[in-house]
Amino acid sequence: MIRSLARIWAIMRKELRQLARDRLTFGMVVGIPALQLLMFGYAINMDVRDLSAGVVDHARTSISRQIVADIDHSQVVNIIAQYSSVAQLERAIGSDLIDVGIVVPGDLEVRLADRSRPAIQLLLDDSDPVIGNSANALTAYSVGPDDAAPVIQSMGLYNPERKSAINIVPGLIGVILTLTMVLFTAVAVVRERERGNLEMLITTPVQSWELMVGKVIPYIGIGLIQTTLVLALGMWLFDMPIRGSLLDVYLTALAFIGASLTLGLVISTAAENQFQAMQMTIFILLPSILLSGFMFPFAGMPRLAQWIAELLPMTHFVRLIRGIVVRGSPLADGIHELYALLAFSAVMLTIAALRFKKSLD
Amino acid sequence: MSTSAVSASGLYRNFGDLVAVDNVSLDIEQGTIFGFVGPNGSGKSTTIRMLCGLLTPSAGTATVLGHSLPKEAEHLRRRVGYMTQAFSLYRDLSVEENLDFVGQIYSMPRNKRKDRRDHWMGRLDLERYRHHLAGRLSGGQRQWLALAACLLHRPEVLILDEPTSQVDPKTRRDFWRILFELADDGVTILVSTHFMDEAERCHRLGILDHGRLVTEGRPQALMQDLPVDVFRVSGPGLRDIEALLLQNTAVRSVVQIGDALRVLTDQGTDPSTIATLADKGTHVERVDANLEDVFVVATADEVTA
Repeated sequence: MIRSLARIWAIMRKELRQLARDRLTFGMVVGIPALQLLMFGYAINMDVRDLSAGVVDHARTSISRQIVADIDHSQVVNIIAQYSSVAQLERAIGSDLIDVGIVVPGDLEVRLADRSRPAIQLLLDDSDPVIGNSANALTAYSVGPDDAAPVIQSMGLYNPERKSAINIVPGLIGVILTLTMVLFTAVAVVRERERGNLEMLITTPVQSWELMVGKVIPYIGIGLIQTTLVLALGMWLFDMPIRGSLLDVYLTALAFIGASLTLGLVISTAAENQFQAMQMTIFILLPSILLSGFMFPFAGMPRLAQWIAELLPMTHFVRLIRGIVVRGSPLADGIHELYALLAFSAVMLTIAALRFKKSLD
Repeated sequence: MSTSAVSASGLYRNFGDLVAVDNVSLDIEQGTIFGFVGPNGSGKSTTIRMLCGLLTPSAGTATVLGHSLPKEAEHLRRRVGYMTQAFSLYRDLSVEENLDFVGQIYSMPRNKRKDRRDHWMGRLDLERYRHHLAGRLSGGQRQWLALAACLLHRPEVLILDEPTSQVDPKTRRDFWRILFELADDGVTILVSTHFMDEAERCHRLGILDHGRLVTEGRPQALMQDLPVDVFRVSGPGLRDIEALLLQNTAVRSVVQIGDALRVLTDQGTDPSTIATLADKGTHVERVDANLEDVFVVATADEVTA
């Protein structure tokens, strides 16, 4: 047992040494999270920046002008044009002159008095989801100090889905970990085979499981560093609140890192070269992004897609991490998702151990 | 005959339809150097890998130091050293780091590890490259490092797959000096090579062709007992002479070496067949068979068989 630990330690140290010398991989450890966060993050931040807007004011009263001016001051939109009909407004959106159309109906005063339905309508070019998200912020606008009734109703012209900005950063941890953890482990093992190191290692007393554990442990540390990086950047750059406990966040990340690393090991036993390992990683990454609920709501997906999504660790991670970070739920509320991640890791580890034989057959 | 350290019987291995090793049986005496020669793809590496427990034989048995392979391969890890054909240490680690890693993998105590590492670095002239990355070493230095790595744990059996194919003649000589020293210390060595001069230095030699062990024995005996006559033919118009000779069914092979032809004929061939050529001003002399002749005869038989 002590010998096993010593051998695992030796492999870990070797792996870290190689990692420190491999500038590309080392750069990816920090580069991928930073780059992705900035890319996704600034899309989120556009939320409250000047969208060009056009107005159709059928009411033409002092109240209607006041409301339009208020909306303009909100900085969410920047009103650049007035139109005489809704049809003109839709054409302007269709030809990309404006992103948002504001429609003030002729019976504005009557509608404002009727609290059961909003008075003003927004027409959105939500073929670009960022615009949809951003303009939705306007629906928070209300008239009068004690008037909580919605004044504005937004309506997507092309894509009625809504997304919340804060949902993206926690989910982004999952995207980044899937990409880097699966890829790093798969490539790290396949590279040893490609370069012939494995042929040498097989003839030494090192056991397959020691080799796997020794190679994987350094990447657990790297995964936690990446998690921290994304959380810190998310809080610093985008004021993302972490409403749940930080410990729960890390436990969840750890379970997900485990699932990704073991998946990487399985890929490494199937891939013949680094390129194949990369292809297989992309094969996992794409459904992880598209089906997990990270990009599109899970509930809106067809049954088959949902079944596939349930098999992906990312789906469980996204549910769990959003609960903790966004809603402030305790880990116990999503404990079955955590079990799903652990079960996934156990199955993958078993498959990897069975497939990884100490021979070249 | 003393104890055999490595033995194989009826070793057979196929990859799908391809038969890589076909019914190979051999015995290697403890403390001797056994050489494997054969054309590329003749099954040398596959045989070696089966004897290391890296590949499972499709049929036949292999025993190393009394342990049968591949079942008991794990018992042999500490007693066998294997130097792969391609460099298999880490190119992005230094000489010292590679040796330390291998030492740790063999669970050597720190002091012992350092002693042996320093011993072999000194003995194999690696001391001044201690902190160089393995990937930056020359082909020869890299082979010294690979040898040092598989000697660290003091193996009783050393298996080397074409260790000298990429190194200069001076380094090859030094390499073989080390091998003989190891053999003197009782280490059993199995080495494959393409070089006839190296093959000739082995205690025993096996020639592999198309997966079969076509000839096996002491190099001297193989040369003496070769059932062919060898002639050296020199003179003008070698090209015409070669064409003439190849028409004769008794002629096994003709190869030009410098300004003469080396002609192998069936044993007992009337020298006059060759000598008639002398009329045209050629000079014919009988010479001793060398190991290359043994190799040519052994591998040619296989093709026609």
